[in-house]
Parts: sequence; C-alpha cells; structure tokens
Amino acid sequence: MSTLAYDTSAVFGRHLLRLRHAPAIAVMTQTMPIVFLLFFGYVLGPALAMPGADYRAFLVPGLLVATAANGIMTGMFTAAQDSHRGVMDRFRTLPMSRASVPLGQASADLLTTAVGLLPLLLVGLAMGWRIEGSALEAVGAFGLLLLFRFATTWVGILLGLASRSEEAAGQLGGATFMLPLLSNAYIPTDNLPSALRTVAEWNPISAVTTAVRDLFGNAPVPEGASWPVAHPVAGSLAWCAVLIGVCLPLAVRRYGRPG
Amino acid sequence: MTSTYAVLSEGLEKRFGDVHALRGLELAVPEGSVCGLLGPNGAGKTTAVRVLTTLLTPDAGSARVAGHDLVREPHAVRRNIGVAGQYASVDGDLTGAENLRLFAKLLRAPRTRAAELLERFDLVAAADRPAHTYSGGMRRRLDLAASLITRPRVLFLDEPTTGLDPHSRNAIWDSVRELADAGTTVLLTTQYLEEADRLADDIVLIDEGRAAHRGTPAELKATIGSYAQAVVADRADLPAAAVVLDRLTGTEPVLDAERRTAAAITLDATLTLPRLVRELDAAGVPLLDASLRPPTLDEVFLRLTATKEAIAA
Repeated sequence: MSTLAYDTSAVFGRHLLRLRHAPAIAVMTQTMPIVFLLFFGYVLGPALAMPGADYRAFLVPGLLVATAANGIMTGMFTAAQDSHRGVMDRFRTLPMSRASVPLGQASADLLTTAVGLLPLLLVGLAMGWRIEGSALEAVGAFGLLLLFRFATTWVGILLGLASRSEEAAGQLGGATFMLPLLSNAYIPTDNLPSALRTVAEWNPISAVTTAVRDLFGNAPVPEGASWPVAHPVAGSLAWCAVLIGVCLPLAVRRYGRPG
Repeated sequence: MTSTYAVLSEGLEKRFGDVHALRGLELAVPEGSVCGLLGPNGAGKTTAVRVLTTLLTPDAGSARVAGHDLVREPHAVRRNIGVAGQYASVDGDLTGAENLRLFAKLLRAPRTRAAELLERFDLVAAADRPAHTYSGGMRRRLDLAASLITRPRVLFLDEPTTGLDPHSRNAIWDSVRELADAGTTVLLTTQYLEEADRLADDIVLIDEGRAAHRGTPAELKATIGSYAQAVVADRADLPAAAVVLDRLTGTEPVLDAERRTAAAITLDATLTLPRLVRELDAAGVPLLDASLRPPTLDEVFLRLTATKEAIAA
C-alpha cells in the first residue's frame, strides 16, 4: 500500500473512532434536515401554492442536497478543532504523507454521510416521497449526492484550516445553514425577485437539487433557468469539479505549509 | 563535524508581522546531551522549537536536526524527532490507548508498542478513558508517550511540566532523565530554572530571539559570581552592613528592610565566608546570619535580564 493510502486509512480510522466517542455534531447535523423536512412539509408547505403531497416530493431531494451541503459546516468544524487543539501539529511533526490528514477526514465524512442520509430517506418515504425514475438514475442521484458532499467537505476543510479560532469557524459554519435558503432546495425559484433568482440559480445547491429531482423522477427540469440548472447533471458535475479542483489542492497545501 | 551535533542552527530568523520572534538564533546541541532553553514568555523559545520541529519555516538562517537540513529535508527530520508540548498534542476525544495505537500505526510501529508505553508511563488504568478526562499530569505523560513511539534521536519538549503538581513534575523529570541516560538528545524549553538545573547539561538563555548566554548550569552561575548575604538583628543596622558588603564585593548591595537582609553579588573568588563574618563583626554590625553561596538560576536569570533592562533604560 502506498504511503498516502496507508496514512489516509489511519486518519480515516481515527475520525470514525472520534465519531463513536463524540457523536454530537454528526447526530445534530443529521437530525436537523429531518426537522426541516417535517416543518417545511407539514407547516410551511400547505401555505405555499404547490399542493401538499407534490411539495413533499419536491422537498425531499432538496433536503438531501442541503444535508450534502452541510459538508461545509462539518468539514470546517472538524478541521478547525484539529488545527486549534494541537493534534494536527503532532501529525505535522510525523513523517506522514501531507495529503493524508485532510483526505482521511474527507473520506471518513463520506462514509458517515452515506449512512447518515438513510434516516432522512426513510422519513421522506414515510411522507409519501418515492423514487419514480429508473434504478440506474436513482444510483446516479445517490452518487451525485455523495460527490457533492465530498466537494463541500473540501470547501469546509479549507475554511477550517484557514480559521483563526474554533469559535470563528463555529460562527461561519453555522451561517452556512443559510446557503440552501438561497437556492431551489425548499422552494421553486420562479417567483423570486430577479436578482435573488439569479443568485439562487447560480448557487451550486440549485443545480444539484434539480439534478437529483430529475434523476429520482420527482420534478422536471425547469425551463429558462441558468445553464447549470437547465443542464443539471452536467452542471452539478461541473460545480463539483470546480469546488474539488480549487479547494482540495489549496487545503492540502494549507495543511502542509508550515507557517 | 555536523554529525556530532543533534541540533545545529545558524542565524535562525523568524518574523510574525511586526514581531521579530527569532533574531539569529544559534544553537549547538551535542548528540546525547540535554539542552535547556530558558527564557521569559515571549523570548522566542516556543518559536525556536516550532521551527526546529518543521512546524514553521525560518525566514533566514539554517539548521540541521539529526543530521538533516530542516528546510530541504523536513521529512527526514520528522523521521528522527519526537515532539511533546503545549501544541503538538493528542486527540482528546480518543482514549489514551487509541491515541497511542494511532500514532504507532502512523509510524509503522507494532501495536504492542502502545501497550508498552501505557505500562511505562503508568497509564494502564486510564488507557480506555478519553484523553480529555485525564488530569494535567496524565495528559503530559500521554503526550510524552506519544512522542516516544519510535525512540526518536532528538526529543523536543516545550514546557513539559508547566502547571503540573510537584509529584507529576518529578515523574516527567525521571522519564526525561532516563531517556537522556539511554542516549536520546533532549531539547527542552522551560520557565522553571529548577527544571533546567535538574535536567540540562547545557543551558541557553534566550532573550529577544537570541541566545543571550550559554553554558552548563555551573558556568552560568559562575558568570555572575557568588552571592553574599547578611541578615541583621535590626533594620537600623542595614546601612552599616551595606557599607561593608559594598567594600568587600565591589557592587552596591540590595537591601530588604522587611527581611533585614543586605545582599550583593561578587566576582571576587578570594572572598570567604569567615572573612565576610569577621568584617561585618568588626564594623559592629549585629549579625544574625550570613552566607556566601553560588547564586540560584533564578538569581542568575533575574540578574541577566535586569542588566539588559538597565542598559535598555
């Protein structure tokens, strides 16, 4: 096994152990979307123009993507904790592969997310949401969700490594909860004021949500939207490629670069 | 002759914005010795250790650690060092045993090494508790254990006993002594002069990012001579005692009315205690106690930093 793969697997194991000892953040970030789903689906939904059952089918993919987008917050918290509590400095003094520390974190996060999405899917099924497309498309939707999570985790790791303190990372990370609000995850963007609509349509969350809705067969691709939303699968893959392509090398460099 | 030095640095410079933390630090730590970096807060001790352990890149200067160039071969340096300190710590969420197994895995050491170290640092009973529940002393022992997985050639300890109770401090000191006796080179920073006195073969006094003084504990003490002190019966007798001390030592004595003491430092090696007592007695000073002894490192330290402040003022 190469040094990178070996070291990454050790760091991966460490993050799973941490999760077992201190599951609070993971439990919180996996529970919130379920609370949101129930609140939007049964409290706000009926007040919207869309009929209730259709809205809930529309909402479940949105919340799956919002959960994936939480990779920013979780990635930032974890990286900031590690870099301000000293354990990362010990890793830096060890003869380890430089990329293994952030890569181990990102890959452990991917596994926890894959498992953590299951309760949300079950609640969604109980609320009447169904996979209406083909099995292959459904697999594509799950793959896209995990790819997007991987991408947002790298954004989070980069921000967490650059953070001045755990508190600063906590505040900024908490604010990322708002990102799905500026997208089509919870509401269609058609009726938004034009400036806001532009922002929402260029939000990567919108492209991924549209792709997931399309692949699950829950809602058609809206017409006349921005390019990433009008071509949701290609748009989502492009967004992920950009986020990973920019943030992964920067995060690895930031981790490995001594001050 | 670099191979005989475990740590050899020349002209190390490090700036953080306006703060010039290291200003040409020179260090030469012979293989197998214990070097104590001593200095007040902000003197540059921690920056020095962070640079020497590859956590910071120097702005200028060069250093070799365990024979490898710090900037060009950081990976080779990392293979040969152990670090324990205020920052290079363990994972508080993991248990002591899990931490040591993790570092053993990363260093390709057998899993049994973790068990050995738990045993050696008296952590077997706490092995399965998360490290954040450990007391200060246990945490430092775990930090130290984690830095000894592969028996490093050079061990860096940044303030290893700061904030510890005397019992825990003694336990850490014994471990460091044992390691040094087994041939590990140790570079430690401390604010405790007693610690440097007890552990270090050589002491480097760091001040404003430079090595201000260096030598064995005995040599450092000798550079400022002996410490002559008189305790008088009544504080009214202090001026008379001061006159005698001034004449014998050639330095102006420091008077402490509260404790009724007059004290002065002397570089005169011929001054003896009987002569000190005779002269004070001859001057009619009612003497309760008198002493002539090497200064403690605290006194050396205060004296050397006070001199600098006097020059700066």
